[in-house]
Amino acid sequence: MTTLDAITLSVIQAALQQACDEMDLTFSRAAFSPVIAEANDRSDGIYSAADGSLIAQGSQGLPVFVGVMQYSTRTVIEMIADGRCLPPEEGDIYIVNDPYLGGTHLMDVRFVMPLYRAGRIFCWLSNTGHWPDIGGSVPGGFSASATAVEQEGLRLPPVKLFKKGVLDREIHAIISSNIRVADQRIGDIKAQAAALLVGQDRVNEILDRYGDETVSEAIAELRRRAADQMRAHIAAIPDGTYRSKAFVDSDGVVNEPLTIALAIEKTTDRLTFDFTGSSKPCAGPMNSVLATTLSSVYLAMRHIFPDVPISAGAFEPLVVNTPEDTFLDAHYPRPVSGCAAEVSQRIAEAVFAAMVQALPEKVTAAPAGSSGNFALGGSDPLRGRDYVMYQISGGGYGGNAGHDGLSNGCSTIGISKSPPVEIMEQAFPVLYRHYALREGSGGAGKHRGGFGLAYEVEILRGEARASFVMDHGRFGPQGVLGGGDGAVNEVTVFRDGEAHVPPHLSKEQDIPLKAGDRVRVATPGGGGYGDPAERSPELIRRDVEMGYYTPEQAERLFGTSYR
Amino acid sequence: MNEKVSAAAGSVVAGIDVGGTFTDLLLIDARDGGSVHIAKIPTTVENQAFGVVSALGATQFPVSDIDLIVHGTTTTTNAVLERRLAKTGMITTRGFRDVIELGRRTRPQAYGMTGTFVPVIPRNLRLEVTERVEAGGAIRVALDEQEVREAVQRLVEAGCESLVIHFLHSYANPTHERRAAEIAAEIWTNGHITAGHALLSEAREFERGVTAAVNASVQPILERYVARLRKELAAQGYARDFLIMNGNGGMISARFVTAESAKTVMSGPASGVIAAAYTGKRAGFPNLVTYDMGGTSTDVALIRNAEPAVSNEIEIEYGMPIHVPMVAVHTVGAGGGSIARVDAAGLIQLGPESAGANPGPICYGRGGSEPTVTDANLVLGRLAPKKLLAVDHPISMESVTRIFEDKIGRATGLSGVDAAGAVLRLGNIKMAGAIRMVSVARGHDPRDFSLFAFGGAGPLHASALARELGLPRVLVPARPGITNALGCVVADMRHDFVNTINQPVGGLDVAQAAGILARHRSEGAALIAKEAVTPETIRVTHSADMQFIGQTHIINVPLPSPHIERAVLQDLFERAYFARFRVELPEIRAVLVNLNTSVTGVRTPLDLSRLIDPAGRASSLDAALREVRPVWYGGTWHDTPVYDREKLPLDAAIEGPAILEQMDCTTVMEPGDRAQSDADGNLVVEVGR
Repeated sequence: MTTLDAITLSVIQAALQQACDEMDLTFSRAAFSPVIAEANDRSDGIYSAADGSLIAQGSQGLPVFVGVMQYSTRTVIEMIADGRCLPPEEGDIYIVNDPYLGGTHLMDVRFVMPLYRAGRIFCWLSNTGHWPDIGGSVPGGFSASATAVEQEGLRLPPVKLFKKGVLDREIHAIISSNIRVADQRIGDIKAQAAALLVGQDRVNEILDRYGDETVSEAIAELRRRAADQMRAHIAAIPDGTYRSKAFVDSDGVVNEPLTIALAIEKTTDRLTFDFTGSSKPCAGPMNSVLATTLSSVYLAMRHIFPDVPISAGAFEPLVVNTPEDTFLDAHYPRPVSGCAAEVSQRIAEAVFAAMVQALPEKVTAAPAGSSGNFALGGSDPLRGRDYVMYQISGGGYGGNAGHDGLSNGCSTIGISKSPPVEIMEQAFPVLYRHYALREGSGGAGKHRGGFGLAYEVEILRGEARASFVMDHGRFGPQGVLGGGDGAVNEVTVFRDGEAHVPPHLSKEQDIPLKAGDRVRVATPGGGGYGDPAERSPELIRRDVEMGYYTPEQAERLFGTSYR
Repeated sequence: MNEKVSAAAGSVVAGIDVGGTFTDLLLIDARDGGSVHIAKIPTTVENQAFGVVSALGATQFPVSDIDLIVHGTTTTTNAVLERRLAKTGMITTRGFRDVIELGRRTRPQAYGMTGTFVPVIPRNLRLEVTERVEAGGAIRVALDEQEVREAVQRLVEAGCESLVIHFLHSYANPTHERRAAEIAAEIWTNGHITAGHALLSEAREFERGVTAAVNASVQPILERYVARLRKELAAQGYARDFLIMNGNGGMISARFVTAESAKTVMSGPASGVIAAAYTGKRAGFPNLVTYDMGGTSTDVALIRNAEPAVSNEIEIEYGMPIHVPMVAVHTVGAGGGSIARVDAAGLIQLGPESAGANPGPICYGRGGSEPTVTDANLVLGRLAPKKLLAVDHPISMESVTRIFEDKIGRATGLSGVDAAGAVLRLGNIKMAGAIRMVSVARGHDPRDFSLFAFGGAGPLHASALARELGLPRVLVPARPGITNALGCVVADMRHDFVNTINQPVGGLDVAQAAGILARHRSEGAALIAKEAVTPETIRVTHSADMQFIGQTHIINVPLPSPHIERAVLQDLFERAYFARFRVELPEIRAVLVNLNTSVTGVRTPLDLSRLIDPAGRASSLDAALREVRPVWYGGTWHDTPVYDREKLPLDAAIEGPAILEQMDCTTVMEPGDRAQSDADGNLVVEVGR
């Protein structure tokens, strides 16, 4: 290191991070889709010119996109190199959402833009935004029973949506003709592009100031150091193999659980993740593409070591054996809509369940780990128009060495807020009968799990169809070190007052409903941490006083009387 | 009590700001041409009123001669942040008592599945009653009044001091909330009842509920404090009504402040921003980024055309939104006490850990052993060693430098001094980045703004930060250390109004909109007429919150006139949107979301020219010179003249590098900077490139 001192390195690291944060901010504030604007289901980053590896990513980007975007950027670079994609020119922006080209599901649409310096590509800027619809058989894209990707929506290979800075109206017209609520997507497209342009300005400023060569050196050095930092964390883990299992309720088509079998082997300063023994590729949409599987491992490790900056270097010591011939390495035309929302969270859960054995001070018991997608599509006779309503929901987090789990926390792979009841009732012909903390749902433990959510929605007018893509209906989130499991997810549909429970428990599509019918959902609680008998009597008494557990539950779960 | 004060020429106004560490007082006596009295004493944490009285005593100014006292307080801020809240109960719609505990399904940080959240009101004090209003305002289930009585009774018996009524959709139809509050008032005699819609008449039950819960649970605390202070001031001979600084940057009579107690949570930061706007306007710099650096955190705000940005969406801490209009002050978690360390990758990192006030930086001599930003400033000669090391248990400069060498230098191959330099640069980069995110990143051109630096440490870093941010100049007020007290002295009376419209601009009912603005104006004027101070003029500003149809975020568009025309509205919005995002969307309709009005009772301008006593000024720059000492700038040491700020000649022109020292503040000018002082004693530093 001749020109690079520790100061310059830290300064360039902070500046690149800021550039990504500003891209994130611009994208959210300018977006139309509430999934992006409110729920922050988007991410922005800077990627290397050579192979698309991750240089920096926004700190408020959706966690599951952590690793994914480097694979899609890499694919674009490769496809340009072998002629399957038109070569880039300054101002071009490629659009791509093909899950099998380093993606997640079709709704996650990526923009990829080269950043030029003196006529050569210095790096790539990419972002992903979750579009509220991408065509396919179900509004919103979360079909619970698709058996091929074509049923899930429009699939775009990398094509130039912007050519030398100008929107290609023909490609835009094709997209618009194939998706629902298309009129507002032009706003999201422009917001997504505007974020990349902000990033371009910021990165150019950094390069002008410190020099292209210095920044290149810094990027290489930062990558090396992130790898060192991750290695230092890993080195502190006792050598050995840590095994765990996690289960997806079903694939939505065949009513049998899918198994994720994980063995993490720790040697010196490396972790090897092996999914041998996991279930075969499945018929329904619970397959995961490789990029999502890798990203799920990375994001779980980042939850464990949040201090390691997000860059390709941090992933180097994490070796994931390709889980060939399992549902965690899906190929065309396997349906994949559940991979980013649900399967990714089961993978993270498996990583937590294995790592808590090695790092009991750092890792929590299993969180609820479901996005809780409930979609209601219908028509409102009063307003004379159709609607699609999404309710996402949180659940309890796992207890941990320091404290009880959080209640109604966001999905493991997301950071998105759920919509207010008042806004939902303004927009759709529904009435919430309750929206409450789900009592008794937290897994018992020295530090108990957080509590899930219980809500019930009544259809006020017209007819509608309800679809669910949730999980943890069969098995509750795992407790650890003697802690109990959190409560399972429960869905009950009341039609003409009669209760219907989906055969797959957490997944079903197109349940017909009419005015007066109701949907009741109770989301999972978090797993408990440690022996419930070790819980402080003071805390148990408080839990009963707050009504979190009934006296009977407290007695049964914690073994002492608190009446 | 209700005697009116004009605050015009010939009156005596005292601003007293109680901060976390110091209580500052600034008194301007207009009877003798604006003589200035200042006091700075340690804050009395348990009862801030003692500090206020001591500060008055320290000036030796006869308290009975004071015409008006304006007070900025952290009473409610501390109550919220330390959760020392009054015991409060909440009555909600059946099925919805957990709304303020469940939140919006979030977690405290993006990465890490740990963290906790404690609701403002515990679950056992949140009771449900039968009632239901629909989204459109129709009553679906009648209010069960007997249940309300029983719930109120239970909360009284539980020992609650304050009460919240929080029903679903009360913003659309407040009948049930009002009726329940009436019933409660029969039993709840202390008046501490907050109805959710009364404070914030907007949809979003979590945010409205938390805002109401915070309001109710600080109300008894603020009321007790106001009563205590009134008594103490009366004992000193001040029998008039005093005013309190509100979070919206306006002052309000202490008699009225408690009804909307939540608004005082940002009292302190708001007064600093008000002082900045006032000072900047007089100095000819109406566009400012304010920068108040303290020990553990730094407050940043944006001022355009001498108007501080106001936000309805402040989040005090994780899961605690307060959605009433308040000056948009953003807090960055970095300050003089931020601790530097080397991480496992061998990179220097700064914060988020802070040495705070105790033990504080190493150089405070209170047992601090971790290198901080303040220590770096000391090692680099930017802070006067004599002054800082004059503490009870002085630490030698060598040992501070050695700690930098040991804790930072060893792992990074830097000397102690270079390590301190690295910490300083990194601190500046991080603060600049955070400042950019909340100010110029929002579509403003940095070249149009000046950095207004105050607080104990703001002027120490301002020049370097302005360089980072591309701001052409720094404005350092005459007395950076008492800026908040100045804000109290100069603040106007202000009332804000918001009405939700939610209509596409194309189909807007223009007459209805104009009627709303007219009502805002008359209500505001009526409120100001009730105050103890007579304003010189009434100023009204209108703005519109707008978006494209289908969006959830809004942008605020100032309205040049109350006469609303659709085409003008459309045009203003499109321009503002393009300035912010560089995006044009002719294919999508614009929507008017809210109409906002602020009505300000403008007080008579105060003369600030004697903030630094003109009699103490030296005749030449050389006569103000204290010493010349080596100071580190960007890797090299420069012999730097150190001037006594208060002795600078009135029209001083200074070239950097230079250091200006005053009672509680040090200003650093980097090489290449040029500074000029103005008539109010401000220092205008043109930043070198």
